[in-house]
Amino acid sequence: MTSPAPRKLRAKSELLVRIDGGAKQARYQQVTGIPRSKVLTEDEAVATLESGMTVGIGGWGSRRKPMSLVRALLRSDVTDLTVVSYGGPDVGLLCAAGKVRKLVYGFVSLDSIPLEPHFRAARQSGSIAECVEYDEGMLQWALYAGSLRLPFLPTRSGLGSGVMDVNPSLKTVRSPYADGEDLLAVPAIRLDAAFVHMNRSDARGNAQYLGPDIYFDDLFLGACETGRRFVSCERVIPTEDLLAEGTFHTLKINRAMVDGVIEAPNGAHFTTCEPDYGRDEAFQKEYVTAAGSPETWAEFVGRYLSGSEADYQEAVRAR
Amino acid sequence: MLADVIIVALAEAFRGDGEIFGSGMGTMPMLGARLARSTFEPDLLISDGEAFFVGNELPVGGTDKLVEGWIPFRSVFDTLWGGRRHVIMGASQIDRHGNTNIANIGPWERPKSQLLGVRGGPGNTINHATSFWIPNHTTRVFVEKVDMASGIGYDRARELGEWVVKHHDLRRVVSNLGVLDFVGGTMRLVSTHPGVTVDQVVAATGFALLVDDETSVSRDPSSDEMAAIERLDPRGLRYREVPEPA
Repeated sequence: MTSPAPRKLRAKSELLVRIDGGAKQARYQQVTGIPRSKVLTEDEAVATLESGMTVGIGGWGSRRKPMSLVRALLRSDVTDLTVVSYGGPDVGLLCAAGKVRKLVYGFVSLDSIPLEPHFRAARQSGSIAECVEYDEGMLQWALYAGSLRLPFLPTRSGLGSGVMDVNPSLKTVRSPYADGEDLLAVPAIRLDAAFVHMNRSDARGNAQYLGPDIYFDDLFLGACETGRRFVSCERVIPTEDLLAEGTFHTLKINRAMVDGVIEAPNGAHFTTCEPDYGRDEAFQKEYVTAAGSPETWAEFVGRYLSGSEADYQEAVRAR
Repeated sequence: MLADVIIVALAEAFRGDGEIFGSGMGTMPMLGARLARSTFEPDLLISDGEAFFVGNELPVGGTDKLVEGWIPFRSVFDTLWGGRRHVIMGASQIDRHGNTNIANIGPWERPKSQLLGVRGGPGNTINHATSFWIPNHTTRVFVEKVDMASGIGYDRARELGEWVVKHHDLRRVVSNLGVLDFVGGTMRLVSTHPGVTVDQVVAATGFALLVDDETSVSRDPSSDEMAAIERLDPRGLRYREVPEPA
């Protein structure tokens, strides 16, 4: 806010670039018939992040997590993150790597194994500087408010509970109507970056989930600033093939919600990615066992998490 | 067998619920909900624990589903905020008012043992009927005060006003020793399971339990119920969850 003039100029020049880019793009598309591609790699996506940012991670527990993007984050020097998640091994791995300054969660669980070992260790050792623990529905509301550009959304969920005790900044709001009820005003969450994993996407980010539940992935994308909304997917396919994969009901993510698309086969491993694959329960057990001591964890990191995504996938196949 | 008595006690939690979502977290609560639907609450909606309502009598762990509806998490939240659900949850701690804790043991700021987090506990308990299944009835679970109120009890509900008081409904608590409910917002012993004495329950409870002269013995399954339990749990998972006391 200190120097409004240069800000305005910068905005103008950015706009010009966009318009020019748009015109060029249109000409390119006219000539080639190929629409603009947003395809990039996990490492290119993560390279746009900076330390201290707020990152939202889609999926639910140990289900359809954008694990290849999380692994790219582990490889990067980005740290000091605020992580927002219906947590699973994404939260566990980022905690184990010491990248989480603040965590916003409703739970952290591996589903078939209820407790996440790294999250537990981090909480019990006090290594996460700040925690915001919400009811699951409150977290949905926070992301929904963020995606609708509202300051808050009201709910009863959370009122009177320990959530109010441990988040003293939460406020209530009185209904302006005759009932006059006091409701919990869940503050909006805005994200600097969002990662979600889908089954399919076209190169422009029209993305498709083929499994039983989208979870809240659309809200993570909606609550995120333009520029770092990343969708990884099992396969990038031509737009005309989307409806051959599933009904139109599966097309909840449109390209206006997405800035980058990453083709990541087996990218949700070891979490579920129905119907492409289920959870790798054996690997999840191996992960939990390895978390048991610093030595076994170092061994696990050495074996699986010290190289590229291709190295990871190769090490998983080689078991 | 004790496990069968407990499944009946869990099923009884749903009696009178009609056409709502009967939800059970874990094997025993799931068996309770499914037994209720197979016998005296035929209109209950039962999910596969993933994203679908199943219309057939689905054994626990079974995959041969007759899908009658779709219930992804967003619809679960819509349903529970709308009050058309009754869930049986677990609890690592519970107090006399029915405040429950699945989040953490020890201070929240730096827990001695981090558990799941509050999950849906706050929303469940403020929006619709909630019951609890507690497999280890001890003074470490039935405590004077929970370390974190992931579910709100009657004292907390009372402070929130009329709407909450009207809809807050902790139906019953089933433990490995007996069945409990709430009278005037305080936990009461309803029945002890066969072979368990009132004194045993009182001794295993870390607060003054309301014991009146109506305490009964938890009933055995009828032959129809036993047949349904066998169909719902052909592999006998219930006996692993609840071993027969020596």
